[in-house]
Amino acid sequence: MHSSAIAGTARPGFLARRRRSYVFFIVPALLVVGAVIIFPWLFTVWMSAFDWRIGSAAHFIGLENYIKLATNQRFHEAILHTLYFTLLAVVVPLIAGTAAALIFHREFPLRGLLRSVFTMPMMATPVAVALVWTMMFHPQQGVLNYLLSLVGLPPSLWVYSPTLVIPSLVLVEIWHWTPLVMLIVLGGLAALPTEPYESARLDGASEWQLFRYITLPLLAPFLVVAAVIRTIDAIKAFDTIYVISQGGPGTASETINLYLYLQAFAFYNVGNASAVVVVFFAIILALALLLLYVRQRAKWT
Amino acid sequence: MTDHARDDSTDNHRRRLLQAGLGAAALGAIPGASLLSAQAQSGFDWKRFKGEKIEILLVKSPRGDLLTKYHKEFEDLTGIEVGSEMIPEQQQRQKAVIEFNSGNPSFDVIGLSYHVQKRQFAKNNWLTDVRPYINDKSMAAPDLDFADFAKGGLFYAVEPDGRVNSLPFNLDPWVVYYNKELFDAKGIAFPKTFAEMTDAAAKLNDPGKGVSGFVGRGLKNANVPVWSSFLLGYGGGFIDKNGKLLTDTQEAIEGAKMYQTLLAKYGPPGVAGFNWNESQSLFLQGKAAMWLDGIGFAQPLEDPSKSRIAGKVGYGVMPAGPKKQVSALFGDGEGVSTYSKRKGPAWYYVQWASNKMNQTRMLQAAAGAPVRNSAYAAAQKSADFKAPKQWVECMLTSASIAEPGLPIIAPVTEFRDVFGVALTNMINGADPAAELKKATADFQPVLDKSEKS
Repeated sequence: MHSSAIAGTARPGFLARRRRSYVFFIVPALLVVGAVIIFPWLFTVWMSAFDWRIGSAAHFIGLENYIKLATNQRFHEAILHTLYFTLLAVVVPLIAGTAAALIFHREFPLRGLLRSVFTMPMMATPVAVALVWTMMFHPQQGVLNYLLSLVGLPPSLWVYSPTLVIPSLVLVEIWHWTPLVMLIVLGGLAALPTEPYESARLDGASEWQLFRYITLPLLAPFLVVAAVIRTIDAIKAFDTIYVISQGGPGTASETINLYLYLQAFAFYNVGNASAVVVVFFAIILALALLLLYVRQRAKWT
Repeated sequence: MTDHARDDSTDNHRRRLLQAGLGAAALGAIPGASLLSAQAQSGFDWKRFKGEKIEILLVKSPRGDLLTKYHKEFEDLTGIEVGSEMIPEQQQRQKAVIEFNSGNPSFDVIGLSYHVQKRQFAKNNWLTDVRPYINDKSMAAPDLDFADFAKGGLFYAVEPDGRVNSLPFNLDPWVVYYNKELFDAKGIAFPKTFAEMTDAAAKLNDPGKGVSGFVGRGLKNANVPVWSSFLLGYGGGFIDKNGKLLTDTQEAIEGAKMYQTLLAKYGPPGVAGFNWNESQSLFLQGKAAMWLDGIGFAQPLEDPSKSRIAGKVGYGVMPAGPKKQVSALFGDGEGVSTYSKRKGPAWYYVQWASNKMNQTRMLQAAAGAPVRNSAYAAAQKSADFKAPKQWVECMLTSASIAEPGLPIIAPVTEFRDVFGVALTNMINGADPAAELKKATADFQPVLDKSEKS
């Protein structure tokens, strides 16, 4: 086939042939993507149209799973918990991490050592971290309430209180992931040009003005990268929540992931769980578009 | 011993091992030990399935550890090779569902928790009816002694249609652990009724000293049996004959109110997040007067290296409710998979696991509460039996008044979740009647569907 094609002399034929031979090269990637991403995704959508519990027969019910989710109060609360958790777990480490990066960007004795110490939480296994924090949160025997008592504050219920549970869980996230933000921002700071600062100083700008009008805008692309990574991490958070509060007390910290886990692996309600996944996917897609938009805006101009 | 050894005169090595094993058991003065040797006289032969291999799936627990420890003894006794896997409870339950559903599970014998898996397994016919084996003299070990199993255990093992899908192994009735020192200091006797129980909790509750009148599970899902303990005493139940939930009846509401009072009013701060381990650690510290939970915690409570109240723990039977005195019951057993191709050897294993000797060992090791009545007398005769006398009495009395602590339905986990959330909300101030009404309305369709399909 090839030899005959080469024998042809027409120019358009040559282009078409080139295109055809290149098409062949994307087949392996296409197969892999199809097998591990497209097919499971389509299968999930397909399963979400069934009333299916493992152990009993599946019935086709069309959109009924989605209709039920639309009126399911617990699911709505799970979405709100997820957004609340994500918001806190992105914004606070972002601010704290930037502050830490600004500090570590300055010259001071033992900076290298302290910087490594600061990044150590990142290296710990999430489940181990969660178990340690569980003990620290304990209202009677936990060290956190002991620390509060040292400074004369009343004990808190931490993760055992429906109103405090999400902020308390975010506390773990902050401890765990602020160093990551710090590293990203530190990288950004090292890459900043020095000229704008010099000219601004000549113009008599204050330290705050330097930060607000030079550092921050120049850092914006890095902050967006940090925000994207943190958002991905926070929205998929499962291990810490599952280990520490199991979504409780009651359903006070039940995020979409925990709700999903219950439906799929505790109640074996595969049809409903698939519908939850599809809705979750839509939410993530919306968030991704939002972040893309923000990133576009944050580019250096 | 010699009777049995005659059977396998060809296999000297194995015989020696067996004798060594039985010898060691005899030294431990376990009366059940001699029973193993008597079998050669009937048509039953432990060596019948020699050379076969079976796979066992157990839950990681002191009971699973105990059985695994003695698998060698079973192999020597029968010549059957045992491959066993022990995994944590939740994962084991998931694995069971997925593998049974595939129609080709990797195990021949499975350990099951009756309170969670009984209905699910029975409804799907995942376990083999062992009645033909029990009635077959050549298949039933002479010491099987079905009548020796406690009533509660048989209730779990036998289906309403008469099928026997498993042999029971361990019973877990709920009891009230109490701190004798705290009770004595206030001159209060252990409560005999629900009213006295609430009263005692009120008097013993001393937040200033960090002492709670009562502690128990507040964590959703785990907390449901605490409520059932009260609900059953008020004369309530879970489901009526027509499959309608009884969880929003007056009895259920009264039970929930008692739950709310004891935990929210006289329980420790944060109890809404407590499972048994948090409750245990509080009680161990001497910071709680009463703790309602399963009977299996005597060992840590009496261990001076872990417990500040060793020797001061009282073991009380669940007080009587206005209608009934009931101890909520949980239990485990082992069954043979329907899909197993080696049902004979698998059944041999099940018999061995629940035999008198293993039951006695379980009690001696404080690994659980045996379902065989004979085990208690046998274990107490032993010199190294450490469990307090009151604990044994409490166990026997509780077992005699026990009723299942959870409904026998397939979607138990979802039941526990829905009602668990309602109970946790009550600890945080929600109205019991409204919460139960909502939970019942939420769960009824799930239940209906599970029994239909």
